[in-house]
Amino acid sequence: MSTETLTRTDSAANRAGFTTAIGLVIEREIMVRLKSKAFMISTILSIVILGALVGVSGALPSLFSSTDKVAVTSAGAEAVKGIEDIEPVVVDDVDEAKALVSSEKVDAAVVDSEDSPTGVAILSLRSAPESLIGSLSLTPEVELLDPDAPDPALTYFIGLGLGLVFFMAAMTFGNTIASSVVEEKQSRIVEILLASTSARVLMFGKVIACTILAFAQIGLTAVAVLAGAAVSGNDLVLGKVAEPIAWFVPLFIIGFVMVAALYAAAASMVSRTEDLPSTSTPIMMLIFLPYMAVIIFSSNETVMGVLSYIPFSAAVAVPMRVFLGTIAWWEPLVSLLILAATTLLALLVATRIFERSILQSGPKLSWGQALRRR
Amino acid sequence: MITLENINRSFGDKQVLHDLSFDIADGRMTGFVGSNGSGKTTTMRILLGVLAADSGRITVDGTAITPAHRSAIGYMPEERGLYPKMPIIDQLVYLARFHGLSRQTAKKRGLELLEELDLKGEPTDTLESVNLGNQQKVQIAAALIHDPEALVLDEPFSGLDPTAVERTLAVLTSFAASGAPVLFSSHQLDLVERLVDDVVIINDGRLIAAGTTDELRRERSSPEWTLQTDADMGWVREVPDITVIEFDGNWVRFAAPDSTTAEAVLRKALDVSSVSSFAPHIVPLNRLFQEVTQS
Repeated sequence: MSTETLTRTDSAANRAGFTTAIGLVIEREIMVRLKSKAFMISTILSIVILGALVGVSGALPSLFSSTDKVAVTSAGAEAVKGIEDIEPVVVDDVDEAKALVSSEKVDAAVVDSEDSPTGVAILSLRSAPESLIGSLSLTPEVELLDPDAPDPALTYFIGLGLGLVFFMAAMTFGNTIASSVVEEKQSRIVEILLASTSARVLMFGKVIACTILAFAQIGLTAVAVLAGAAVSGNDLVLGKVAEPIAWFVPLFIIGFVMVAALYAAAASMVSRTEDLPSTSTPIMMLIFLPYMAVIIFSSNETVMGVLSYIPFSAAVAVPMRVFLGTIAWWEPLVSLLILAATTLLALLVATRIFERSILQSGPKLSWGQALRRR
Repeated sequence: MITLENINRSFGDKQVLHDLSFDIADGRMTGFVGSNGSGKTTTMRILLGVLAADSGRITVDGTAITPAHRSAIGYMPEERGLYPKMPIIDQLVYLARFHGLSRQTAKKRGLELLEELDLKGEPTDTLESVNLGNQQKVQIAAALIHDPEALVLDEPFSGLDPTAVERTLAVLTSFAASGAPVLFSSHQLDLVERLVDDVVIINDGRLIAAGTTDELRRERSSPEWTLQTDADMGWVREVPDITVIEFDGNWVRFAAPDSTTAEAVLRKALDVSSVSSFAPHIVPLNRLFQEVTQS
């Protein structure tokens, strides 16, 4: 081995600045995930599956509908004219129609009937097709006072969907950031890094990188869902949820930064991956409980009102109330401000904990210990 | 020259460094010796800026140390660590860029270093895929990647096989020979003795001794000689001012206040028998260390 060339030269290196250093951390965190097969496969799969589901959902009704064969007498033929999904089989009289129904060659029969106000009667073996009854019945006139009023079932599913997006992203990327912190701590590379940059740079870099990744993943999923919706002609997805989603995006980003920072702090308190659940479970509960509350109380306006001001549930509760139209124009703004303030506080606390705990090896610290440490 | 002056540091209510002061001279290897928990790692972390000192100051050639100075130090922490699953060259480039190197420069230098250190394996292999000896080479490369002006290494020899020890030694000596200050801690006192120009000994966070190994010997114990003759040497015990430390028939090791007294012993030995050897005895650092830490 030649050692002569290991001597130093005159080119003294300069320490990278704060933003440059954060950029380096962000770049590495993102590249590591993008090069990870597991991450890419799960991302692509979830995007393709969701997009395909929405695309297929538009085509579902036609898959489940079927054409009924119906035996008709002359008067019956007149009555069923114009009814969809019916294939009339013309018969001469009621007896022949009865025979066809009994032998199950047809699903039902529409025959002349003098007793019936409609002039026809339906014959069927066990149960008559609903569509047929509906078409041949006299229905009272229905006047829809507010045709655009939110469907409670739809509201529930929007809440469930947005909640799931937030919850899954927070859990997945919270754990991603936590394992990335523990990896550096466990392998002790953090000490080399801290000799050339600050703990703050490491933490901010990781939080920003995870937020970018989470948002990119969700953005791509959204594009896939919208594409699927366009394919299936499902205007429901496209039209009514635009405004709720416009609120969901900023609330999600800020809320996610808060969660990511807390996860980073939780991870800095342990030395081994095995100890991670003990410090990260409280954060998981902070995300999980409001999420459950939003789903359970989706139709309770008071609870939803309160939940839209709680930072951990705002990202789901506010868009739901926007969708329902039960929110005043200023409420999402106030909620956003509260969330932003909480996130700032979380960042301060998390940075404090991170800086004090990251070099600590040995037994895990509790949140209280980590905050009191100097 | 890097100078530490009156460094104090406490963790909670436990003070781990007490007014610690010493120099790390340019172009010299300074060995940093102390028992476990004596504060070596804390001192090094403070020097690197990973930890802050409660009080005291660090200067480089007389001016207070700056982040730029610290960035020009190559550091190898005691518990080695790099990213196990990241390609070797990628992590070297990553670390170098924190020191302001461009990606291209860092990659070029990284590849050169790995070549010089004789890495067995591809630079694009992940760290965990090469064996421990090669991981150690990468660790050294990580400390040198940004072309540092000083080296601080915490236990660089622990856990190394003899070949790896020699390789690391070669790197360190060549680096110091270029005129840079090198500080390293070690438990292997025989190695420290062979390698270092200066020694700093601390115990319980307090400086016990600092200086060249010769100075330490002179300061800490009276000089010793060994004498081998054909005849029984029992009479040496009767010589005034001489302390016999070890005795084995024809062989004796004794301490004398000065060389004149020692030579008097030699003259008397020549009178009674023939002398096959007479030499000053070099006190091993090991014993010196025992003495200074226990006194």
